[in-house]
Amino acid sequence: MMQTASKPLLKVEGLSVEFGASRVIDDLSFSVSSGQTVAIVGESGSGKSVTSLSVMRLADMLGANFPAGRILFGTSKGEADLLRLDQKTMRGIRGKEISMIFQEPMTSLNPVFTIGDQVAEILKLHEGKSNTAALAEAKRLLDMVRLPDAAELLTRYPHQLSGGMRQRVMIAMALACKPKLLIADEPTTALDVTIQAQILNILRDLQKDLGTAIIFITHDMGVVAEMADDVVVMWKGKAVEKGAALDIFDKPAHPYTRTLLSAVPKLGSMTGQDFPKRLPLMVLEDGEPRLAGVERVQDTARYSADPLLSVRDLVVRFDIKKSFLGKVTHRVHAVEKVSFDIHPGETLALVGESGSGKSTIGRTIQQLQKATAGNVSFAGKSLSDMTSAERHRLRQDVQYIFQDPFASLDPRKTVGFSIAEPIRTHGLIHSDKEIATTVDALLERVGLTSAHARRYPHEFSGGQRQRICIARALASNPKLIIADEALSALDVSIQAQIINLFMDLQQERGLAYLFISHDMAVVEKMSHRVAVLYLGQIMEFGYRRQVFETPSHDYTRRLLSAVPIADPRQRKQLAAIEGDIPSPVRAVGNEPVRYAREEIAPGHFVARSA
Amino acid sequence: MAAFLIKRLAQAIFVVIAVTLTVAFAIRLTGDPALMLTQGAGSVTEADLVKIREGLGLNEPFFVQYMNFLKGIVTLDFGRSFLGGTPVSLLIGKALPATLALAFTSLFVSIVISIPLGIKAATARGKWADQMIRILSLVGLSFPNFWLATMLVLLFAIALPLLPPSGMDGFASFIMPAVTMGVILTATNVRLVRTTMLETLRSQYIMVARAKGLSENVVLYKHALRNCAIPLITYFGLQFGGLLGGIVVVERVFNWPGMGTLAFDAVGARDYPVLQAVITVLSLMIIGINLLVDIAYGLVDPRIRTEG
Repeated sequence: MMQTASKPLLKVEGLSVEFGASRVIDDLSFSVSSGQTVAIVGESGSGKSVTSLSVMRLADMLGANFPAGRILFGTSKGEADLLRLDQKTMRGIRGKEISMIFQEPMTSLNPVFTIGDQVAEILKLHEGKSNTAALAEAKRLLDMVRLPDAAELLTRYPHQLSGGMRQRVMIAMALACKPKLLIADEPTTALDVTIQAQILNILRDLQKDLGTAIIFITHDMGVVAEMADDVVVMWKGKAVEKGAALDIFDKPAHPYTRTLLSAVPKLGSMTGQDFPKRLPLMVLEDGEPRLAGVERVQDTARYSADPLLSVRDLVVRFDIKKSFLGKVTHRVHAVEKVSFDIHPGETLALVGESGSGKSTIGRTIQQLQKATAGNVSFAGKSLSDMTSAERHRLRQDVQYIFQDPFASLDPRKTVGFSIAEPIRTHGLIHSDKEIATTVDALLERVGLTSAHARRYPHEFSGGQRQRICIARALASNPKLIIADEALSALDVSIQAQIINLFMDLQQERGLAYLFISHDMAVVEKMSHRVAVLYLGQIMEFGYRRQVFETPSHDYTRRLLSAVPIADPRQRKQLAAIEGDIPSPVRAVGNEPVRYAREEIAPGHFVARSA
Repeated sequence: MAAFLIKRLAQAIFVVIAVTLTVAFAIRLTGDPALMLTQGAGSVTEADLVKIREGLGLNEPFFVQYMNFLKGIVTLDFGRSFLGGTPVSLLIGKALPATLALAFTSLFVSIVISIPLGIKAATARGKWADQMIRILSLVGLSFPNFWLATMLVLLFAIALPLLPPSGMDGFASFIMPAVTMGVILTATNVRLVRTTMLETLRSQYIMVARAKGLSENVVLYKHALRNCAIPLITYFGLQFGGLLGGIVVVERVFNWPGMGTLAFDAVGARDYPVLQAVITVLSLMIIGINLLVDIAYGLVDPRIRTEG
């Protein structure tokens, strides 16, 4: 799109990178011109982050070797091969001519220094500014990334800032010396969609003003479509496809690109559908893409039956600050009067951003958290009326799948042991032989083999581990599964497979899901009904078409418009919501406004301010 | 802050009572000080012994003796030594500075040596320098302090008469005792610095600091070391307590006029007031150091500052 005729700023030629004996990047070539944005996309392990660290020559510190290739960069002293420079010369280029933003804003800033010190440091280093001059410039930079109260912020510490604010500080720091090239490594992956939209807008505007070239590393095709002029698709350390963004999205040539694009959930792709739909998946077989699996309308919800789970006026609060005499002064208002039902065979999605209380609701239903007020009942029986034996029994009917498949399996127990544990805990089967048969059957059901039962979690990939977690959840024959961001940590192609697995299991077993997610596109694909949460209250509630096609609350509309669509033709100025998501922490006595629910269509509820 | 200090004061009182009560009780099980005092004095009658006991206040019940001692603490009057009748506060006033000087010198020497070595080992992880540093630290850990002290004396005071073999007299006299204690401290500290440093160096903000173009020394000594401070300060604080305990042996070998020697002699002579006072002062020192450690946390880490 913005192809300039001039010589490229950065030219990577035949780059190979090795860590010890393993080659993680093989014969990679691409180029970036001034003012251009090149996206490097790929799934985990594709080598995209190593590419960026190699350009910075930071990969050296992790033990990388460069057996072949050149990285030509137009420095202020003429073109140089970055791979041939010593670290001392590189230090003059890093932060000054090439700078970098990292994925995790929460851990990117040093916790023991003030924001002002950290931004000023780079100005003092590369521009020889005095402390006062550097701090004044730091304030200007914070203004530039649209941080409010910049002067005040200079004296604050990172832990006092939200993730979105920290990422803006990182951008201010990266652009402090007006670098020619900015490398952004998954800069918005850890952020909420509305905050992501803000950050993408800031990056785009600053690029226009400063003419910086950007290498944008991401796994999110929506962000690629939104930002990139050119795209490099990486797969197993190789660039399998390169070209202008429009071409890649329109006519993906390489089979891998085609499978990748087909797996990306696109918001709006299900318009006009009353029910979620299980769609066939494109898979790579012997290097050729092939459609696998059936197409089926997921009409499993039995609304005629009594609700399986009823939540009524649920309130959950956490005491956090105490006064000198131990009196509570501040509380987190995590959940404020939330009510909904889940019917057998239904998928109800709870969507919202950080602090919306969606996970707290799930944890309260699973009895991992005590409710402050309100009532949860399961199959017509209230949790508060249950005996402890009945509550124990409820843990068999309701199972939980967590976000992080790496942290939710005991690393010292075999996979078979973990899957068998719910069976033993609830005494469902007693003979060891039968338990082993059941475990094998469960593993096969989730797409693994019985031989896997004797292995340990570290031998599996993230997607396989999430399958193991699903097998474990199924082991006790539950009626309801709470999936708390269960797809968020997975690559899109794996995510698409797991979505289908969830739907197949629902069809077979009549399972109900409480699907907790921040990803609107996935929710659109999977759920029968949707509840949109904001600061602990439901803003909008309804059937999938009602919420996605006629969003009626302002917040729902803003949330939907902030989602980047994986189609460069639909590029839009992402909805600019200024400021952060407000904090749910409140002083005692300062009660939040509770919104009344109004039914605007049968089953479609919207919060109205009283 | 006020609540914190009140809590700490209550804690301190409890610790002092628990420690001194145990010591006062235990030392009275070792035997009669009057017998000790009259050893080798020829014919001593039972009446003489009773008289001596009365003079020392030992005829009172244990509880009364202990209460008198506690009263003494509050008025900073620890009584007089059974041997020679010198006021105990005078003895402690001489011994405490000697011990503190030695303890702080050893700790200081060990910190100054172990921080750069530990950082070097962490950055050269698995390489030659790391292996050497780790082997040396293992060797250092394996020396018993009394053996090391004796060897140093044999070598540098007797074979090569470079340093004074005993006593506290000027800078030269500090070298051997400080080295003896410093070697063992350094050996553990190097390992601690290495481990915490390795952990910190994995952090994202270290990568960010390098991406800014900062030199390795700034990255390591400014960005990383400040973040290692909490575990290091905690450990150095604990170590100081252990140091005061271990000092008895080293002070004996080098005849150092400190609290260790004072305590050792007091045990031998069943000199109750001196021993009780030494123990009380040492436990107050340890409580004080722990308090300083807690205050230091807030100084080095802003996250703790705002919560407290």
